[in-house]
Amino acid sequence: MSSLAVPKAEPVAGSTPTADQGRPPLRRRIALIPTVTLLLGAVYCLLPVAWVVIAATKSGRELFSTFTFLPGSGFAENFRDLSAYRDGVYWAWMGNSALYAGLGALLSTCVSAISGYALATYRFRGRETIFNVLLAGVLMPPVILAVPQYLLLAEVDLTDSYLSVLLPQILFPYGVYLARIYAAAAVPADVVEAGRMDGASEWRIFTRIALPMMIPGMVTVFLFQFVAIWNNFLLPYIMLSDDEKFPITLGLFTLLEQGANTPALYTLVITGAFLAVLPLVALFLVIQRFWSLDLLSGAVKS
Amino acid sequence: MKSTARRQAYGVKGAPYAFLLPATILFALFFALPIGYAIWLSFHKVKVSGLGLGSGARKEVWAGLENYTDALTDSELLHGTLRVLGYGCVVVPVMLGLALLFALMLDSEKVRLAPFTRLAIFLPYAIPGVVAALLWGFLYLPDVSPFYFVLDKLGMPQPDLLDGGPLYLALSNIAVWGGTGFNMIVIYTSLQAIPAEVYEAAKLDGATPTQIALRIKIPMVAPSLVLTFFFSIIATLQVFNEPTTLKPLTNSVSTTWSPLMKVYRDAFGEGDIHSAAAQAVIIAFATLLLSFGFLRAANRRQKQEATR
Repeated sequence: MSSLAVPKAEPVAGSTPTADQGRPPLRRRIALIPTVTLLLGAVYCLLPVAWVVIAATKSGRELFSTFTFLPGSGFAENFRDLSAYRDGVYWAWMGNSALYAGLGALLSTCVSAISGYALATYRFRGRETIFNVLLAGVLMPPVILAVPQYLLLAEVDLTDSYLSVLLPQILFPYGVYLARIYAAAAVPADVVEAGRMDGASEWRIFTRIALPMMIPGMVTVFLFQFVAIWNNFLLPYIMLSDDEKFPITLGLFTLLEQGANTPALYTLVITGAFLAVLPLVALFLVIQRFWSLDLLSGAVKS
Repeated sequence: MKSTARRQAYGVKGAPYAFLLPATILFALFFALPIGYAIWLSFHKVKVSGLGLGSGARKEVWAGLENYTDALTDSELLHGTLRVLGYGCVVVPVMLGLALLFALMLDSEKVRLAPFTRLAIFLPYAIPGVVAALLWGFLYLPDVSPFYFVLDKLGMPQPDLLDGGPLYLALSNIAVWGGTGFNMIVIYTSLQAIPAEVYEAAKLDGATPTQIALRIKIPMVAPSLVLTFFFSIIATLQVFNEPTTLKPLTNSVSTTWSPLMKVYRDAFGEGDIHSAAAQAVIIAFATLLLSFGFLRAANRRQKQEATR
């Protein structure tokens, strides 16, 4: 790694003294510095991912004996071991994550869309108050919510159930915020007014006219919520005790906890981490062209 | 549900409230109620009478500020807070500095490979914090780490990355790795929104790309910098996943490493939900105070800039 990084870093460090010596070298260097800086950033960000891809191919012995970035020969065996571990509980975790994130994000997007639309389109008493109170939810540290959420759900016998992980994650203040910004930009007031003139009910205007216009933004909101729920650790950590219901994050954590003193389990943890990263990376690559980057910062151009 | 007469009477007026009903109900059940319950718990304690057996033996009684004074004088909580503050002093400037640097580089003219590098730097956002901590945890382990391999070959000393001072850097690195890309995209997006004429004018005046970056671009993206700074601070104060995940790999991460880890330990490890609730309320209050103070300061500055 260092042999790759050092010579490349040199032009960055050496550019300052020569920067004002003349125009042609300046222009060349300026194009080079950003490219090299970004490449170094990319190497840094891809390094652990590259490591886990390679480490997952190593058998238990190879992991400790061969150079880190040299592929091994044990992937098929690791995959079989992981699938066989406790009757395939790993795949149950993957399925649970898909369920929590898929269904959770879908419901969450619906709630965000309708709330954001209402906040953007109507002028009504308490609009800003409702919006600010919802948004303050972002500031609440998750533990502050999760501990009493656990105790309250325990009162109604819902802890250690799928619902205990699903229900608290449906309302995402950030999703409401994004949906409001998007609805304000994408749904023109005269279109809503025209719908009213034609005698359509408010619900019909929302579902038939506004919602289709909001779809591109809602795809982004869905992806945000999906990633947020998929990556969540604390809530299932607090709510669940039955490992058949664990999402992948919690499953890998318990595997690591058990494996910390048993190097034999390292290969399982590594292979498990590699396979857990795959779906999100794949999702990421597929959707990045649809991913409305403008919406990320809330800056929608009209 | 609603009768025709009612709908006519309210007409459009009732619609926004009906549309906001699901969010309001969810907010009441999963945000307001838990917060209220936490506050209630924080002012109570369990009083055990006799041997603590039987149904009436354990009673929740009013504790006043007892849980709060206990929490505020708790040295473990204080140390956790100091640890997280130290950690934040590394994470926030490094992460936002890198995010701004990469965003400016992406926005510069004639840069090559921009789409690839942008995606690569944003990629860690998609990786769960637990998995990120797990990956880096293995990269920090001497037995499997490429860093140690290289240091060994070079005959250099091998620091223990999972202990003492280096542990802070090791944990900070995980947060920087995970958060830089997201912040970079936020800043980059607002850079893209600056109209091209601004640059044209600056170029005609003879400004160099560096001058344009420092004097035009950075001031113009100041609002996004404020936003990213704000969210980074909040996220940093709430660190939980990464140290919890690294815990099995080292003895140096205690169960009370960060304030939230202590809240978790007290509530579920020790079963003392009342004092855990008091600590949680203090942390939430401190976060809110910090947020409002910060937003206020940011607003005031923006107003000053505008009137200048």
